[in-house]
Amino acid sequence: MESIERALSRRRFLGVAGALGGSLALAACGGTSTPPGATDATGTAAAGLSYDGPNVTLQFWTGWTGADGQFAKQMVTEFNKANPKVQVQFAAYQWADFFQKLPAAVTSGNGPDVAVMHIDDIATQAAEQVIVPIDAIATALGFSAAQFAPAVWNDGVYQGKRYGIPIDVHNLGLFYNQDLFEKAGISAPPTDLNTYMDALDKLKGIGVQGSWVSPFQFTGGMMFQSLLWQYGGDLYNADTSKATWDSDAGIKALTWMVDLVKQGYSPANVAQDADYVSLKNGKNAMNWQGIWQVNDVESLAGVHIGLAPLPAIGGKPGVWGDSHQFVLPRNGSNSSDKQAAARYFIHWFTGREAEWAKSAKVPALTSLQSSSAFQQLTSLKAFAQEVPAVHFPPAVAGIGDATAKLYDAVQSAVLGHSDPATALHGAASAANGILSDNMQKYG
Amino acid sequence: MDATAVARRASHAGPVRTAARRGVPRRAAGATPYLFLLPYGLLFVGFIAVPAVYGFWISLHDYDYLLPHQPWVGLRNYTDLFQSGSRDGSDFWNSMKATGVFTLFSVPFLVTVPLGLALLLNRKFPGRTFFRAVFFTPYVLGVAVVGVLFRFLLDPNLGVVNAYLHDLGLSSTIPWITQLPWAWVSLVAMTVWWTSGFNAIIYLAGLQNIPAELYEAADLDGASAWQKLRHVTLPSLRPVLLFILTLTILASANMFGQSYLVTKGAPANLTRTAIMEIGQVGLGEYRQGAAAAMSYLFALVLVVIGILNFRLLRGRGDAA
Repeated sequence: MESIERALSRRRFLGVAGALGGSLALAACGGTSTPPGATDATGTAAAGLSYDGPNVTLQFWTGWTGADGQFAKQMVTEFNKANPKVQVQFAAYQWADFFQKLPAAVTSGNGPDVAVMHIDDIATQAAEQVIVPIDAIATALGFSAAQFAPAVWNDGVYQGKRYGIPIDVHNLGLFYNQDLFEKAGISAPPTDLNTYMDALDKLKGIGVQGSWVSPFQFTGGMMFQSLLWQYGGDLYNADTSKATWDSDAGIKALTWMVDLVKQGYSPANVAQDADYVSLKNGKNAMNWQGIWQVNDVESLAGVHIGLAPLPAIGGKPGVWGDSHQFVLPRNGSNSSDKQAAARYFIHWFTGREAEWAKSAKVPALTSLQSSSAFQQLTSLKAFAQEVPAVHFPPAVAGIGDATAKLYDAVQSAVLGHSDPATALHGAASAANGILSDNMQKYG
Repeated sequence: MDATAVARRASHAGPVRTAARRGVPRRAAGATPYLFLLPYGLLFVGFIAVPAVYGFWISLHDYDYLLPHQPWVGLRNYTDLFQSGSRDGSDFWNSMKATGVFTLFSVPFLVTVPLGLALLLNRKFPGRTFFRAVFFTPYVLGVAVVGVLFRFLLDPNLGVVNAYLHDLGLSSTIPWITQLPWAWVSLVAMTVWWTSGFNAIIYLAGLQNIPAELYEAADLDGASAWQKLRHVTLPSLRPVLLFILTLTILASANMFGQSYLVTKGAPANLTRTAIMEIGQVGLGEYRQGAAAAMSYLFALVLVVIGILNFRLLRGRGDAA
């Protein structure tokens, strides 16, 4: 236990030291940050189409710790070889650590020059002044709304300014165990409530609990959100002042999940990741899982996992999804050369989204989604098909703190600690308090 | 921190004893003692005293180190915690309760099991060094490794433990990490497995410091093994016991990694500990003011427990 204590005292120290250093740094450099995008865009270098300045090194931070990090590293190496003047140094931190490290680094003036984050973190990080507007780069690179699915493009904007340039979309899909399907005599992956329940009954016939329900955010929380949209609900009202997941649609969605457990289509007390592990080892037949696991299931020997769009249980199309976006940390590139190099790197990388897609993502650019390079990645087709139905959390600062309450509610109901309606109502009222706090804090 | 604590104890004891023996305080030393104290003094002031005061200052604000303005809120971060229906009140006290439950159930095992181990390992038998190493080994592992390991073992539907129980004829599935009280059983058990070796080593050191003459005298008086344990070993171990008890209470109260990795706070945040909650509020939600207030309350509780602990054990020791 000493190692925990050591870690904690270090954590506490870092927290306090970070806070101390932070306030000093704030006093020292408040207002000195120049948003890289603020420089006038003229010529191809300014537009990020090329780079011809002196040699620079860029720090590039991401949360890609898994297989996608290996892909990104390869792409960065490729970039470094092709562009000796710009050397990019790639770093990956666990997402949870990333959002502790990045603000601290930015505040102390040691932030990276370019970073990647999820679309639903952009508003919070913009409000916390960790990242700066990127409008000019988007304009210079010629990106516009028409090139992307609406949510992918629009949610990168906070308070009228763009902070994110879309890299990819990664959404849920239906992962199903083809071997079990064959054994149970199911010919095609289910597409709606009836075919889903029919498949579950057939699976029950061969002694398989066919749709394990996870009580955790991964994947239960994401499954719930997909169902919520399918039943016609939404997470928040239009101006994000109230949580609306406790609507009839929400209660129907969560009740359906809980009933899967009650009716024995899922075991009770599923642990973290067990829903997915069981799919691979043939104990579970269907899992609402993220596209990022595609390469993992394809590498399995002797197990056949099929991929299909999520079934429309609630009638309407609705899919949980998220998007990686390029952002520019404040205080990152203080020299105009670095800013130009960063623009060029973003341009280069986004132009290779089809290659990035091989790390199991859907390219953000709709043109690339239909490109032959991407079409060759047949296993990802089902996910690309769903993109128009993908929903992201709203681009509101601090929204993650409110949505965390929803995950508590899903867990509470799936583990049988409270009924769906009570859990959702309680979580919504707690979230409403947080939303009004946030509105006061971030304006 | 254990090593420094030991060193600190030693350095406390040292000078006092020498001064007492000589009877007169040395005068000519001048600045020398202070110069010796300076390095640690600087560290202490820089990394403990100043942050501690600054942390209290933070707790009086709606603090977010990333934003330019830190609105003054006085004691509101504290009073909010005692108000029902406030944002953090129920979550914080739930996490305090979880921490209390874990401490209450883990400390007795973490104090007694290692004592038993140390008594066994203190005997002379072939392979003693090997077994000493074996019992200490888990402690070398990081919490991340231990966490992953126990998740594999304890997964209710896929884990090894339930698979064996099933083979032994147990029909129901025990939700080791997703329901109470099982989650507590698992967290306590894995902590005992993981950290007993450390406490056992301290006990061993204590046992080896007990003068052999005491046992010889007891033998001459015809004391049984039990009487020797009861009247020689345990009283001699009292300072070590106090040290271990204090350290273990603090360590258990600071429990974070096990819950964070194995149960993730499930079910319904009932195994979410105070440190998890404070970390979430301060570093996850960027509300350092509220998190600092929680930390100070939490620290206050630990201080009170620490004082009680010393009073109880030391009082008896002095009387005897």
